[in-house]
Amino acid sequence: MRHLLSAGDLSADEITGILDLAEEMSAVQDRPVKKLPALRGRTVVNLFFEDSTRTRSSFEIAGKWLSADVINISAKGSAVSKGESLRDTVMTVGAMGVDAMVIRHMASGAPWQVTGWVDASILNAGDGTHEHPTQALLDAFTLRRHFRRLDGGDLTGRTVAIVGDVTHSRVARSNVLLLRTLGAKVVLVAPPTLMPAGIETWPVAVSHDLDAVLPAVDAVMMLRVQRERMSGGYFPTPREYTISYGLTRPRLESLRPDTPICHPGPMNRGLEISAEAADAASSLVLDQVAAGVSVRMAVLYELLGGAEEMPVTRAHEVLA
Amino acid sequence: MDADQIARACARMAHQILEANRGASGLMLLGIPTRGVPLAHRLAAAIAAVEQVEIPTGSLDITMYRDDLRSQPTRAVGPTHLPSSVDDAVVVLVDDVLYSGRTVRAALDALGDIGRPRAVRLAVLVDRGHRQLPIRADHVGKNLPTAASERVGVKLTEIDGVTEVTISRPAGTTTDPLGPARGESDPVEEA
Repeated sequence: MRHLLSAGDLSADEITGILDLAEEMSAVQDRPVKKLPALRGRTVVNLFFEDSTRTRSSFEIAGKWLSADVINISAKGSAVSKGESLRDTVMTVGAMGVDAMVIRHMASGAPWQVTGWVDASILNAGDGTHEHPTQALLDAFTLRRHFRRLDGGDLTGRTVAIVGDVTHSRVARSNVLLLRTLGAKVVLVAPPTLMPAGIETWPVAVSHDLDAVLPAVDAVMMLRVQRERMSGGYFPTPREYTISYGLTRPRLESLRPDTPICHPGPMNRGLEISAEAADAASSLVLDQVAAGVSVRMAVLYELLGGAEEMPVTRAHEVLA
Repeated sequence: MDADQIARACARMAHQILEANRGASGLMLLGIPTRGVPLAHRLAAAIAAVEQVEIPTGSLDITMYRDDLRSQPTRAVGPTHLPSSVDDAVVVLVDDVLYSGRTVRAALDALGDIGRPRAVRLAVLVDRGHRQLPIRADHVGKNLPTAASERVGVKLTEIDGVTEVTISRPAGTTTDPLGPARGESDPVEEA
């Protein structure tokens, strides 16, 4: 693996390998010395052209726990605010000899574009309304852990409802690709105005009736209503959205017990998710945040842990 | 070595570990994946047969502490399972083959990051010589003088379906007195 651009680029084996590795990485959080030497001497740059709390900080922690040097550059306070182009910014950073760039950008496809300009490994940390592959990996990690504890199974054959602003959601796109690869069924639930064009070609079921879907699903993933990306009237009022598509207290009670609730954050409490659902015992929101560090450690190790430009080999192949 | 010889070697090492520690108190066995782990469990079973006590037994992966990470494709990481805190325990590291000593060096670094054992000892099934670091084993199943070009293969029923130790010489190679070059397919140990 050279770059991580899309959840669709990963095979089921690769995903399972990353999730298993993330399980080992998660043990670091409980150790007295939260540090592994694997990426000593490597440099990782977080290049964030959009605001972020959890993704940027968890990439930073992940890199530091693997002993890499991590530098944060955000659009505000950098030459980007003086009008520097993406290409010039990226090539400037690349010229400093960094090993990996973690890129978040408002334009879909920007990380892919960057791979042609620099030698560093590129990790997509969210590009416009396109993809957010590490979010999908950490969601899969969180859900797999939950199902393993519940009944010892994995994600194969589970039904996951992804509810809300699908049109603007890179989280939804990456999750659909990843969950399908892992053999889960995905039901997208949203008002018709927040379903992307061409949704009929996606490998998913589509519904506009949340109440009909909820009792039958194994997990619920609520999406943030992304008001900063909305230019027109996608729904009449926030109140009306909550009534039709919010995870309210009555809907929380209609779920089967143990049905986990995920939200990529940041949450609009009272809009797409009620405080009762966000803080419920079945809410995995904080587990997702913790998983973010482990999964990003696993991804950074996979990309930077070995010699450059060589295929990943598994232990049993090395030993054979 | 065949399965019976390996079983006898394990039984003797179990006695030696107990003798050196004057009993089983404070002992913890940590196997280095892959084949050190089942060996650690075999030693624990042998100790249990002698002393009627369960020794805490686990695994310690050292992949991320290796000094040759950069010369190989990304290596898969094995499981680390600690039965309890290693603080103030007498940790016996268990591996199948002791060769350059680099794996053990990595294991000592890994141990230092997870706690402070009272003492660390090393038990290996095969010591084949050719050390590249000042490291020695406390308990050895068998000393096996080898040429650096030879390969020592340890197979354990738990992983390979059979239990045996073999020495093979890859066809077309000659004995190299300087040992294997960095970056060869298996420059460290057989695990």
